[in-house]
Amino acid sequence: MINPQLDSDGNLKHLLTIEGLPTRILNQILDTAETFVGVAERDIKKVPLLRGKTVCNIFFENSTRTRTTFEIAAKRLSADVINLNVGTSSQSKGETILDTVDNLIAMHADMFVVRHNQSGAPHFIAQHVPDHISVINAGDGRHAHPTQGLLDVFTIRRYKPDMHNLRIALVGDVLHSRVARSEIHALTTLGVPEVRVIAPKTLLPTDVEKLGVQVFHDMKAGLKDVDVVMMLRLQNERMNGAMLPSAQEYFKTFGLTQEKLQLAKPDAIVMHPGPMNRGVEIDSCVADGNQSVILPQVTYGIAVRMAVMAILGGGSGQTGSGA
Amino acid sequence: MQLPNPETLLSDITAKIQAQLNLATNIEHCAFVGIHSGGVWLMQRILNTLKLDTPYGTLDAALYRDDYAQRGLKAESKPSNIPFNVQDKHIILIDDIFYTGRTTRAAMNELFDYGRPASITLAVLINRGGAELPISPNIVGAEILLNHNQSLQLSQDTKGKLHLSLKESATEYIRLEPNND
Repeated sequence: MINPQLDSDGNLKHLLTIEGLPTRILNQILDTAETFVGVAERDIKKVPLLRGKTVCNIFFENSTRTRTTFEIAAKRLSADVINLNVGTSSQSKGETILDTVDNLIAMHADMFVVRHNQSGAPHFIAQHVPDHISVINAGDGRHAHPTQGLLDVFTIRRYKPDMHNLRIALVGDVLHSRVARSEIHALTTLGVPEVRVIAPKTLLPTDVEKLGVQVFHDMKAGLKDVDVVMMLRLQNERMNGAMLPSAQEYFKTFGLTQEKLQLAKPDAIVMHPGPMNRGVEIDSCVADGNQSVILPQVTYGIAVRMAVMAILGGGSGQTGSGA
Repeated sequence: MQLPNPETLLSDITAKIQAQLNLATNIEHCAFVGIHSGGVWLMQRILNTLKLDTPYGTLDAALYRDDYAQRGLKAESKPSNIPFNVQDKHIILIDDIFYTGRTTRAAMNELFDYGRPASITLAVLINRGGAELPISPNIVGAEILLNHNQSLQLSQDTKGKLHLSLKESATEYIRLEPNND
């Protein structure tokens, strides 16, 4: 099967999902991101790679944080950035997705960052755009959120470089989480031997074992001796019907407290993709504690998004020459 | 073709850099920057030989190269690390092979994003000819004129010894020579 994310030479063309991406590409993104971590620590936090290029953030679903980090990433690569909150503009007047995209192509956009509440929308746009335009999925429905998955993996790699020797637990609402799916694909591709999910049955997809994870319904058993605890947000706005008794009840059973965290390895790190519901899935003293790497995740998110844009924006990605 | 011994060339440029530093009035304003990968190996050897504790850093100018639009990013590019304040420093920039001058341009552009150096001196092991920009090295170990289908590579073995190798590609690139009429 042809992977729509790769060009005929096997280089990254669009970033739509981590599923099916070769290890070589994942490592290329993570290694390139290391370069951009340093750029953010300088006085002049800008490199000229995407000078003269236009990046369009097309958000059919609102997300201030994701949009902002993509915008900062593009600007640090010297691109011009246009933000479109389509939910509040043309679509409400009846324009189709492809009409919106065609208009942006006519304005000579070079890269699209797309978020949509329907799974598959960025894929649909990627099939439609001409060859020189790249599409990045910034979250589609329940399907995927590849840059979030990548930044989580990047964060883990920075704190726990030996990926082949890790036990990682994802805790919470796996069913509604596009981050969880992206993450599980990335972790297993990079050779993490043990990925666990800890959640009530009502918040797990029926086929979750097929993703290659171990399933736990009890925090005490699931957190035992893990190196990384990755909390997922309880997606209140996606809840239809009574899946949970109450937020307080959920916190009691599946919320991460200092006491439960002590079951993990003493040097375990705690992650959360944000935004956090303090006192629902995570206790404040854990979120702000010394094992938390939640804010470094945000910082690394910019470096990872810069890496993805830099790889997509330039040539064929072949080795350069000339001294 | 008989290639020179890179170890001899290294001793030679080390001596020239030493002479330059002896002339410098305040050595505390000097700093070394090596360009990945060969320039970094050379810089470390030079610093060891001269027993200097001047600040130093490493550069991979991949993010500033002018062929990004054609070639994209190299998969193996390394992070730059300039742990000192570039402002008003006399910088000795070190690379292994000088060819078109485009790497030097990219490296200088990157350095200027860290601050405004007082001066930059370019030291290279070999100038192989073929500059395409008005840039030339100040300190050179050897000048060896090569054709465009040839490529000279510096490598370092596990014991840290330097080696030079010459590769030739099958196709000779057509080069426009200046008209001498």
